[in-house]
This record gives sequence, C-alpha cells and structure tokens, in this order.
Amino acid sequence: MLHTILLSLAVSLTATAAAALIGLPLGALLAVRDFRARNAVILAANALLGLPPVVVGLALYLLLSRQGPFGVLGLLFTPVAMTLAQFLLALPIVAALTHRAMTSLWDRYKIELRISGASLARCIAILLRIGRREAITAVLAGFGRTVSEVGAILIVGGNIAGVTRTMTTAITLETSEGNFGRALAYGFIVIGISLAVSATAFAFSRGPKFWSHV
Amino acid sequence: MRPCLLAVAIFPAIIAAAGIAAQPAHAERYVVLASTTSVENSGLLARILPQFEAQTGIRVRVVAQGTGQALATAAHGDADVVLVHDPAAEAAFLEQGHGVTRRQIAWNDFVLLGPAADPAHVGGTHDIVAAFRRIAAGKSPFVSRGDRSGTDAFEKRLWKQAGIEPKSSWYKEIGGGMGADLNMAAATDAYTVSDRGTWLSFANKRSLAILVEGGRDLLNRYDVITLNPAEHASERTADAAALADWLAGPQGQSAIASDEVGGQKLFHPMSDPEP
Repeated sequence: MLHTILLSLAVSLTATAAAALIGLPLGALLAVRDFRARNAVILAANALLGLPPVVVGLALYLLLSRQGPFGVLGLLFTPVAMTLAQFLLALPIVAALTHRAMTSLWDRYKIELRISGASLARCIAILLRIGRREAITAVLAGFGRTVSEVGAILIVGGNIAGVTRTMTTAITLETSEGNFGRALAYGFIVIGISLAVSATAFAFSRGPKFWSHV
Repeated sequence: MRPCLLAVAIFPAIIAAAGIAAQPAHAERYVVLASTTSVENSGLLARILPQFEAQTGIRVRVVAQGTGQALATAAHGDADVVLVHDPAAEAAFLEQGHGVTRRQIAWNDFVLLGPAADPAHVGGTHDIVAAFRRIAAGKSPFVSRGDRSGTDAFEKRLWKQAGIEPKSSWYKEIGGGMGADLNMAAATDAYTVSDRGTWLSFANKRSLAILVEGGRDLLNRYDVITLNPAEHASERTADAAALADWLAGPQGQSAIASDEVGGQKLFHPMSDPEP
C-alpha cells in the first residue's frame, strides 16, 4: 500500500512540476510577446483544457506500444509513461490559466516594464512573481487534474501491482473486487493529499505574515 | 524570498521521490504477463507468483486485460507471455504465428449467477443453455462482459447454441472486467455468467447466488502461451519461457493446487480430473 501511495505522489507531483516548469513561462510569454502563431497557441491551450484524459491515454498507448513509433523506448506499462500522460493533461491547464491571469497583469504593468528596458525573460519572471497567487492557482488546478486522474494512467500503466498501481487505479481494482472498504480508504487518502497540497500552496502564497495569524 | 527557496528545494525532492518510486520499473529483472481478469481479480496470481519470484528472482508484471485484449497486447509485442481462456481466440493466435507453445495450466468451471429470488426459475439445473432460453423468454435482466474476454466468448457461444439474439432491453453489455460485471449484476439483481474462481473471491455478492453449475459444457480451461521469438524476440524471451515452464511444471501446479480462499478451491491444477 505504501508503494501505491508513493507512486501516486511521485507521478502526479512530477507531472505537475514539469507542467509548471513549462506552462508558467509559456503562459506568461503568451501574454507578453506577440508572434505569428500566438493566437493559435492560445486557442490550442484553451481548447485542450477539455481534453479527455482517456483519449490522451489511448493516443500515448499507440505511440509507446512496440508497434508504435516510440516502441523502442520500452516505456509502455511504466511510471514514466504515466507521468508523461499526466504532464500532457496538466500542461494546457497551467498554460491557459496562467495566460489569462498574466494578460491582465501585463496590461497594468507593461508601460513600466517597457520603460525599464527589461528583457523578455525578466518581464516574464517579474509578472510571475507579481501574479504568484494566480500562478499557484494554475499549478494547483494542474495538480488537481493529475492526482485525480485514472483513465489515462490505467491504459498506459496497466495497473501492475507494485509497479504502476496508483491510488486511483487501486480504487478501480478494489471496486471491481467488491472491496469497497479498501477502495474508500484509498479515496480518503487521495482527498487528504489533495487538501494538504492545496492548503500548503495557499499558505505559501499568503507569505510569512499569514503564519503569525495561524 | 523564503517560499521561493523552499519551492526550489522541493523540486529535487520530487524528482528523488519519482526516482525511488520508478525504481522497480527499470532496475529489476522482469517479464510482462498479459492475463485474463479472472486470474487477477480472484487474487490467484498475487498468491502464487511470489513463489516463482522468490525462486528465480524474476518479477512478474501482470497486466490484467481480458483474453481478447491480452492476446492483442502480446501480438503487438507489449507483453512477453499470455495467460488466457478462450480456445477459439487462442487457436487463431497460434495460427497467425504470434504464439508458439500453448499449455493448459489450470481449470475451473463457469457458473450462472442470479438473484436469489430467481424470477426466470433456472435454479438447481445443470443445463445452462435451457436456462439462457428461460431468461430470454422472461426478459430477465442479464449482464454481459461484452469485452472479447474468455468469459464473454463462452457466454456468446451459449446464446448461439440457444439460438437466441439477446435484446438490449434486458441484456446489458458493459464492455468491462469480471468484477465490474459482478458489481452491476449484484446491484441490479441480474443474471450473469462468471468463472467460479472470481465469484468465490468476490466481496460484494449481495443477493446473488450460483443457480446453474456442474454441466460438462461449463468447463473453463486456462492456457499459458509463449510468444513466437521470430516475431518479437527480446531480452525477456528466456525469462518468459521460464515463467510458462514454472506454471505448467510441478512447482506451479502444486502452488495452484494448494491455493484456496475460505476453504474453497478457486482453480484446479491439471492433476485434478476434469468433470
């Protein structure tokens, strides 16, 4: 059971971290710099918010299968495949939500930033710093998607005991065996983790003053 | 500034956790066994495979998918060995050159489950085809796997034998595993076919009971098939053969023979005579 919980955390946190690493600067970039494909990328990011997880799982399965183009990597039925699937699901969420938040911030600060001669990278960094609460919300939304996801990781992971079984896929298995008590136990743990991560991120976003009131 | 430092410190921790959790996937010696859901849901594999792993040091990664999907997965080369129970699909698999050696390793029987109230009055007989006819005549709710599994193939053959095409008003095809099928049958007081092993270890029986059992046509044979090395050779081919040999050999057979849940045998080794 411990491995199941650790694996869930590892897969979801890694996928979310990767999505944040790429999605946060991407979202800010889309707000700050105009380029030819910009509208297409914004449209894509927002459209992919509704991407059905099980479809991502299926597509990745076909790509990673030995008969598929990336079969030689041997990634099917491994945690790496699961992390990849969840990264693909979380990235549009982080990017689209960050972009929306950064757009209004950029409107407010662009004159000062342009006058100060800040480089593109610096603008992005400053915007993300100022809008860190919105950024954290975007990352949390991405994490919420990954930690609760089950369809994609079931397909690309195969729910192998001790290797690719996470809490959500374990819930699927326990339910199919009629062990509702165990299924619910996993469910409560997932909820607990989700709440803990949300609370922690919220506390950090408030800064050190918040702690003196707790 | 401090929250930022903490965030920076968390990243390596996350990657480390990921590395630790991902360890089994890449470091160890393993084979991928694509199997039916019945041997997985009944817990048989979880109980007997540790003996194989202790003896050989080869970890068995079980992907439980249902016979049809398991054979397809193996045909693609995504599994190293299969454990299935659909003679027709297996024959086709061998004919197409995907598999080479097929050996039966266990048997149990299928049973017809239904609500204790038994509205179609099929209880207590051995003739499952006649029972199917009664269920169809009375339009009693019936849950079907509908997923090209061995159990599903067996059930579809029975409808054919009965000369009936089930109608969706009372015949629910769920496209899911044995457990999902049993959960729905239990919740909706429906009839359904299951292998005895999965049924005995199922924890949500509610008012379902075995109504028809024991006919010779209810026999359920489990076969292990190794793949054609000409098609999909890998560094795991030899280990896959070792697993197949173990399951069919004296140690695997005695593990299957001594496996039981609550005093009941879920699967019979080859040494137990078939009815």
